[in-house]
Amino acid sequence: MTTKSENQTLFGVPADSMVFARQVRKSFGSTEVLKGIDLNVPTGSVACIIGPSGSGKSTFLRCINHLEEVNGGVLLVDGEFIGYDYRNGKLYAVKDSLLCKRRADIGMVFQSFNLFSHMTALENLIEAPMVVKGVSRKEACEAALALLERVGLAEKANAYPRQLSGGQQQRVAIARALAMKPKVLLFDEPTSALDPELVGEVLVVMRNLAQSGMTMVVVTHEIGFAREVGDQLIFMDQGVVAEQGDPREMIANPQSPRTRDFLSRVL
Amino acid sequence: MSLPNARVPIERLVVVPRRQYGLWIGTALALLVLFLVVKALATNPAFGWSIAGGYLFHPSILRGLGQTLILTVTIMIASIVIGGIIAIMRLSPSRILNAFASAYIWFFRGAPALIQLIFWFNLSLVVREISITLPLLGTIFSVKTNDFMTPFVSAVIALSLHEAGYMAEIIRAGIKSVPSGQTEAAGSLGMSHRTILRRITMPQAMRFIVPPTGNETINLLKMTSLVTFIAVDDLLYAAQAIYARTFETIPLLIVVAFWYLSVVTVLSVAQHFIEKYYGRSDLHQTQAENGFFRRAFLWRREVAGT
Repeated sequence: MTTKSENQTLFGVPADSMVFARQVRKSFGSTEVLKGIDLNVPTGSVACIIGPSGSGKSTFLRCINHLEEVNGGVLLVDGEFIGYDYRNGKLYAVKDSLLCKRRADIGMVFQSFNLFSHMTALENLIEAPMVVKGVSRKEACEAALALLERVGLAEKANAYPRQLSGGQQQRVAIARALAMKPKVLLFDEPTSALDPELVGEVLVVMRNLAQSGMTMVVVTHEIGFAREVGDQLIFMDQGVVAEQGDPREMIANPQSPRTRDFLSRVL
Repeated sequence: MSLPNARVPIERLVVVPRRQYGLWIGTALALLVLFLVVKALATNPAFGWSIAGGYLFHPSILRGLGQTLILTVTIMIASIVIGGIIAIMRLSPSRILNAFASAYIWFFRGAPALIQLIFWFNLSLVVREISITLPLLGTIFSVKTNDFMTPFVSAVIALSLHEAGYMAEIIRAGIKSVPSGQTEAAGSLGMSHRTILRRITMPQAMRFIVPPTGNETINLLKMTSLVTFIAVDDLLYAAQAIYARTFETIPLLIVVAFWYLSVVTVLSVAQHFIEKYYGRSDLHQTQAENGFFRRAFLWRREVAGT
């Protein structure tokens, strides 16, 4: 197994990189959905990925924490492979326990929230720290209540997901991801399933997170959020990165005709 | 209809309900049938109610009831364990495991319970001796099939394997009813396959598993009466042993029915509370907190600082 610095030399990863992708490929059967994605997300920055549906942006995000296995290329988080170990020019798939340990450092927020429906908000937050990291119930509860406070839902600690609005559920889901103290947070269209008037409360939480220095990769349709909060904007189309750069410049003055076309339809 | 020529006093308008003749006739017929049945049960001396009452707590009847309960509990536990394993095999990505599980369910659910029961009881016709032979060590365990396959053991094996076929399908359906997003979210938090199954999938699947499992338990309780065929001294067997001697057939069948119905009643009540417990996240908060089972399990979900 290679160390972080060895990986960095071997694959040309910049020193401050949190998420690093080079020539990432992914196929479902005979359909190639990712055709060689290159991306670098520096530590502490926010990368926003936009693009039409079917462009592969969610698939790419799910590759980062190995919910999907890549078919080619390298994908490293904090200088480490997630689902593999590199030895003698080959990538060996790691055993379940090691994969779990590495995944625990990568938080993920889903479009459909995916809160554990048989647990209260508080139980959702303390479950993984307790069973994965072995934190005591008391400590986990204290940390969880602080996090619920941070997303403005301390009074909903004992509510079940069904009793919360979509916006509240998504804020609990963000808090649940934060409870594992992740190095990086992945957001998969976090506001797409929300009623328009509930989108704002989730974006506020995300903006605060970005300001606190959290590294974030956000697949989104909220161009306004990308412009205000994003450090880089990636436009994906048909499995490739069609354009990437500074969000404000790119939105104001898109270079690729495909980006221009897409932005004109969503803005 | 002619137009009204005087104003109607609205406050004195009367609403006349529709006459539901069909409903009245149906009710009258039902009451009549009920009356005839009760009359027949009460006045026909052949039912022998007082004789039945006398046998209700007869020692061999109670011993038979005990045997029936032990069989039901043992077989149910075994079939949940075997069924759980078969269900997980059916959900596995391996085609071989999947096919094996499908074949198991096809055979053991498909073949009649009585035939399986008689087969296991007569296993010695196929296999004379059950032994474990290890290389180097030689035979470390050996027993004559006839000594091992007592009526009770054959009954437990036959009915467990049969019942497991049903339980496997119930458990599989329960697991499949949990949305895949739950597994993904748990995986993204670093939980292993086993932890996810134990902490996330199964507790949610239980809401779909408990009601049909309750049905199966009630079914199984009654199905155990098949074991009288291979001379296990269960409730029905005990009753048969008595009426074979005294010819009080009907009163003893009443005794048997009484005990089966009593146990089914207890099981139904237990099922109600288990369902309520696993469905607690469906309730509104106040209801959930006042729920009997939630309070009973409160020690497990005590939470610091709340």
